Amino acid sequence: MRGDQINLQNIVKRSATQVPSPQERDDGVETVTKLIDVSRCIGCKACQVACSEWNNLRDEVGECVGEYDNPTDLTPNTWQVMRFNEHENEQGNLEWLIRKDNCMHCAEPGCLEACPAPGAIVQYANGIVDFNSEHCIGCGYCVAGCPFDVPRISKKDSKAYKCTLCSDRVYHGLEPACVKSCPTGSIMFGTREDMLDLAETRTDFLKERGFENAGIYNPQGVGGTHVIYVLQHADEPEIYNDLPKDPRISPLVEAWKGIPKPLASVAIGLAAFAGFFHYLTAGPKETSEEEEEEVHADEERDQQSEEKRP
Amino acid sequence: MSKPKPHAKSDPGILRYDALSRINHWLIAISFVMLVLSGLPLFHPFFWSLTGLFGGPTMTRILHPYIGLFMTLFFVIMAIRFFKVSLIKRHDIQWLKQIKDVLSNHDERLPPVGKNNAGQKLVYWIMVLCVPLLLVTGLLIWQPYFADAIPITLRRLAAFGHAYVAFLAIITLIIHIYSGIWVKGSFTAMIRGRVSKPWAKHHHDLWYEEEMEKERKEREMSKPQHQIMTGEEPK
Repeated sequence: MRGDQINLQNIVKRSATQVPSPQERDDGVETVTKLIDVSRCIGCKACQVACSEWNNLRDEVGECVGEYDNPTDLTPNTWQVMRFNEHENEQGNLEWLIRKDNCMHCAEPGCLEACPAPGAIVQYANGIVDFNSEHCIGCGYCVAGCPFDVPRISKKDSKAYKCTLCSDRVYHGLEPACVKSCPTGSIMFGTREDMLDLAETRTDFLKERGFENAGIYNPQGVGGTHVIYVLQHADEPEIYNDLPKDPRISPLVEAWKGIPKPLASVAIGLAAFAGFFHYLTAGPKETSEEEEEEVHADEERDQQSEEKRP
Repeated sequence: MSKPKPHAKSDPGILRYDALSRINHWLIAISFVMLVLSGLPLFHPFFWSLTGLFGGPTMTRILHPYIGLFMTLFFVIMAIRFFKVSLIKRHDIQWLKQIKDVLSNHDERLPPVGKNNAGQKLVYWIMVLCVPLLLVTGLLIWQPYFADAIPITLRRLAAFGHAYVAFLAIITLIIHIYSGIWVKGSFTAMIRGRVSKPWAKHHHDLWYEEEMEKERKEREMSKPQHQIMTGEEPK
């Protein structure tokens, strides 16, 4: 049975909302995290299929462009995609780095920050960032806000779509579909604490195996993410199909959406008030009666002098 | 003889804005206000309820760019027609320096100005700057038409630019509207097209003199003709 898409009681952050979301139910819900251990991925794409199946997504059958990535990018109905990278290491050996690309569920989500529609993007107490299509207006601001290039706007309904971390399944105590389908245990799901612990164990293991730079990808620039990677080469995440090294909400988005906006809104209000109070004090700009008389007298004189001329 | 009243029907005054200018101005004014009302909710959630004026949030998002295109079209026409009268002259600089006198209604201390004063010219030039910027940045973030094809940094820059250029334009608009309320006779001028002669002399003396010169010439041109045609002395 499919669960509720949204548990309204446990929304802790809400797009375009000035007042605080419920805060008192603190500690009631443990935050969750999905761990993607890139070193164990065999690129079978079972997770992709499971995602499509659970979420009722059927992307168009594309064309082979000579690589394993299929589809080649995220779309409104492909919420995750395996990205295959052929990497030559220092020893000159080939490493096949396969990264499952999907929403990272940032603790400080850029999409939520940028979204102008109240409640169209929410963050639950468990850390999942979800799009509420009901409130989505299709402006595409979330795309500009996201540091990972994840949201996609549908051509059919102009609404934004992305991985929900199977918020409906998680709400009912199940793991996300991709996690359930993974045959190698490359994708794990649990409480944040457990997953960070597990990631640590895996990293240590990889280091023992000679991957000196193995590490956890849990970028702090966005407050950490609820989807974390174990990478063999955590020192250069870019080789995993341009995974950003230090992702953060773009300063342009911060400047666009941050403090200046409420200030500008106040300034607009003040400008209108300034006009009103100027009128109260200085009064209207009028022509005086004397001026009027003067002009008319001038005119008459002019006309008379013209008439007198032969 | 009773003294002529400034707005009496017997005094047609001077034509300040012909019908085309007035229609053009009000098409822009109405669409600009609609743009502000539909754009502010996307600017800050404080204004979200304004989406109700346009048939809901999604409709607001859909309509806003089209209203923008409509306004830009008519703005281009007005910008061309008003170009010459908006060139900034030396006396405009002096006028701006005395902005305190302007605001405190000490108009007798101000230098005489042409058809438009420096404030009106500034509105013109700020809008000439803002409207093309708003058009370009707006196109770059227009969903679903162009935005997807635009590199992400440029989209962010455009979204940022659109918001703050709009802010500048809105502040300018507020000042512009207030001036129309504050300076008695200017609102009527944009509605009916005409101003009284004393009004013209008071607010735009150089323009008034120009217009009077024109009238005088016209009278002189018509005088001999009148005499030739009728053989009578003009009254």
